Amino acid sequence: MGWTRKDLLTMQELEPAEIGLILDTAASMKEIAAREIKKVPTLRGRTVVNLFYEPSTRTRTSFEIAGKWLSADVVNWSAPGSSAAKGESLLDTARNIAAMSPDVVVVRHGAAGAAALLAKALRCAVVNAGDGAHEHPTQALLDLLTIREKKGHLEGLSVAIVGDIARSRVARSNIHGMRKLGMTVTVAGPPTLIPPFVQELGVKVSHRLEEAIANVDVIMMLRLQQERMMEALIPSLREYARYWGLTPTSLGAARQDVLIMHPGPVNRGIEIAPEVADGPYSVILDQVANGVAVRMAVLFLLAGGKAQP
Amino acid sequence: MTAREKAQVLDEAALDRALIRIAHEIVEKNGGTADLAFVGLRTRGVTLAHRLAERVAAIEGVKPPVGALDITLYRDDLGLKAEQPVVRGTEIPFDLTGKTVILVDDVLFTGRTIRAALDAIMDLGRPKAIRLAILVDRGHRELPIRPDYVGKNLPTARRETVAVRLKEHDGEDRVVIEEPED
Amino acid sequence: MNALIRGGRVLDPAHDVDAVQDVLIQEGKISRLGTGLRAPDGTPTIEAGGKVVCPGFIDAHVHLREPGYEYKETVATGTKAAAAGGFTAVACMANTNPVNDNRSVTDYVLAKARSEGVVRVYPIGAVSRGLEGKELAELAELAEAGCVAFSDDGHPVMNSALLRHAMEYTLPFGLPIISHAEDAHLTGGGVMNEGAVSTELGLAGRPSAAEEVMVARDLCLAELTGAHVHIAHISTAGAVRLVRDAKARGIRVTAEVTPHHLLLTEEAVRGYDPNTKMNPPLRTKRDREALVEALADGTIDCIATDHAPHAVAEKEGDFDQAAFGIVGLETAVSLLVDRLVRPGLLDLRTLVSRFTVGPARLLNLRGGSLAPGADADITILDLERRLTIDPRAFHSKSRNTPFGGWEVTGMPWMTLVGGRVVMWERVIKGGVDA
Repeated sequence: MGWTRKDLLTMQELEPAEIGLILDTAASMKEIAAREIKKVPTLRGRTVVNLFYEPSTRTRTSFEIAGKWLSADVVNWSAPGSSAAKGESLLDTARNIAAMSPDVVVVRHGAAGAAALLAKALRCAVVNAGDGAHEHPTQALLDLLTIREKKGHLEGLSVAIVGDIARSRVARSNIHGMRKLGMTVTVAGPPTLIPPFVQELGVKVSHRLEEAIANVDVIMMLRLQQERMMEALIPSLREYARYWGLTPTSLGAARQDVLIMHPGPVNRGIEIAPEVADGPYSVILDQVANGVAVRMAVLFLLAGGKAQP
Repeated sequence: MTAREKAQVLDEAALDRALIRIAHEIVEKNGGTADLAFVGLRTRGVTLAHRLAERVAAIEGVKPPVGALDITLYRDDLGLKAEQPVVRGTEIPFDLTGKTVILVDDVLFTGRTIRAALDAIMDLGRPKAIRLAILVDRGHRELPIRPDYVGKNLPTARRETVAVRLKEHDGEDRVVIEEPED
Repeated sequence: MNALIRGGRVLDPAHDVDAVQDVLIQEGKISRLGTGLRAPDGTPTIEAGGKVVCPGFIDAHVHLREPGYEYKETVATGTKAAAAGGFTAVACMANTNPVNDNRSVTDYVLAKARSEGVVRVYPIGAVSRGLEGKELAELAELAEAGCVAFSDDGHPVMNSALLRHAMEYTLPFGLPIISHAEDAHLTGGGVMNEGAVSTELGLAGRPSAAEEVMVARDLCLAELTGAHVHIAHISTAGAVRLVRDAKARGIRVTAEVTPHHLLLTEEAVRGYDPNTKMNPPLRTKRDREALVEALADGTIDCIATDHAPHAVAEKEGDFDQAAFGIVGLETAVSLLVDRLVRPGLLDLRTLVSRFTVGPARLLNLRGGSLAPGADADITILDLERRLTIDPRAFHSKSRNTPFGGWEVTGMPWMTLVGGRVVMWERVIKGGVDA
């Protein structure tokens, strides 16, 4: 079974076999990072446009490296100081870029549904690098690859995702991906940060950190944004860190073989203590390395075949 | 499109003899096993590379290292295939620089696969020399590529297929010619 | 204006009439109803056999956007859209630019309506100056200038004391206060109904409670002051329950519902089409069913489209940025005839009543019935005509509707205002550019 989709927009629409294909392809791509000459000619002559409306150095760089290692021409277009600042709409920008015939557009935007909007409007492949609070499929894929590498398999594993679930596209994408591959997911956080009816996505809900992380194979900590305090969702960062931060103490409740993950960037001292982020259970840096491999796999599957018509 | 077997080219014993002869030729030409390394092309080339390495070990008492090369990312025909090929990964757990690399594949046809393999090897290191060992050469070259070691030369029609079956993959050791049933 | 409408099924809920009759119009008024009527020589005859002849439909909640937003709609284009949709009168909201919070704007709108309007236009004045919710608008002058109600629609009146004072102050005028019931703190940055779908789509939600909290408040204040409060675009089962209970207790409350809330739910938002973004948002299946039930039993008094034109650029692109609201004048009647009456969820008489008696009573208008002496404002329906909704054919300047492509059976066939035909088979007659 090969890859047949024009775009990669969500985890929600993927079949388990498609997820497996991306992970397997990504695993093969990893060896390129170990080479001295980190290049294969596969996407030579293809153009990848990174269309980033939200600031993001790490994801954008990850896609850029992925494209370049595949010999593609990578162009970065970020919103601040660009035509968007002058009021050009997303669709208009997309149409302008399309007129330059890219093969892949990688888009990150603050509005849910933005990637799908572009995918409908553009004939080239579109990769969703994060659309508002909706989905961030390559993040979930690199998370799954990391877990699979460390644990040897995915089915039957249990995961706790902790933090601002309501506003997290990382949480949503991971929930969909993990559920499809037969993993159990618990979301945890103060009630104000858990979205209503989240159980309908097939997850358990916990309002106590120690209880949530007690018997899981993987703990995924989400970044807490400072603005949440301003919106009266949490009283203070201090209180959040005290009850929901993963510290050496609270980590005591977890299993000895647990993996600790974080999509980055890490708020040291808030959702995760520095010792834990840098400690022996943390696989945060593996996630970053796998990010390039996963994005190489995605670019290969989307653009490695026919050239853009 | 289904294919039917037209003729058998090598049986198990003939296949084995061919590999033994190639192993001797490699050792003779190299003057021993110094700096020798085998790199097989996925998938059956890898199996053949392992067998050749075993044969060399039987002759010389030293087994050269064996690596597996996936040339999917170097192919020149990615956009033309109906079904997208799957990447299986390259695993070469040793340094190629300074080695005499014996590239091993089961069937040599147009030569494009070997061209891609040469590009891939070059990206991985700087071997002293690259030689090509092929089980069956079926002709119809489109590029100036020639094997250094050949198991069997086999003139074929373009529409025919040469199928190499190996115990590790197909349960038997046999080489047959197939033609499409239409 | 004289005319004879012959052979149609006359349906006048206000007078319990449902019979095949002729209608004679003289000097712009309804002169007689009966069978086999004869008109003076030269009177134009309208053959209405097979059609349903109703009192002119009234839409109590329309945004005509003039003055200030003429790129979205004007009095001229909005009233053409109304005529095309079978409406003979519209009440237009005050959130123009400048806001209709003083009589000069009211006068302007009425002047435009006289010179360019195709149907009757009744302005609704603002409750608070500039719609800011801080100071009262000049309510007495607005009433004198011709406003038929007061509303800050577009915004809730968050300050309860201000609303109370507005209710007390306007009591002697006999004009209702139309409440856009929404707690702005609870709705925050929400763009759709808060629920399972919003969680899945990653969109910020507006909980039903945000509407219900304010409906409850409005009802308490109506009880306190004795005022008539009208709940605009009611959308939740909880709000319906509050209104039903309040009515039972004798509180002077009325309510309206939009066609889109009667037909769509939050499921329509999947796919992120900005034409499914409106305020209040599309709710759940349960809410929708409660609205249909309440419309049938009279808890909801009238249907009002909340016609909210927006330019293309404001309704394409990402969901978060898109403007709230859809147009509704030209699709309301067809949609509800096809999707509520035909499947038997609502009988035709009730539907007509909610388009005529309900709004007329709410706004204390002369229309809403076909009694002799009444203005000859008439809506004639063709219940058999099949059509596909085509936004490109709208008379409105704007096209923002999620109903494009819907196939419906039933449409407004002819609209008469004061006895003059202003619309026939979707073609506008009369008005400035007839």
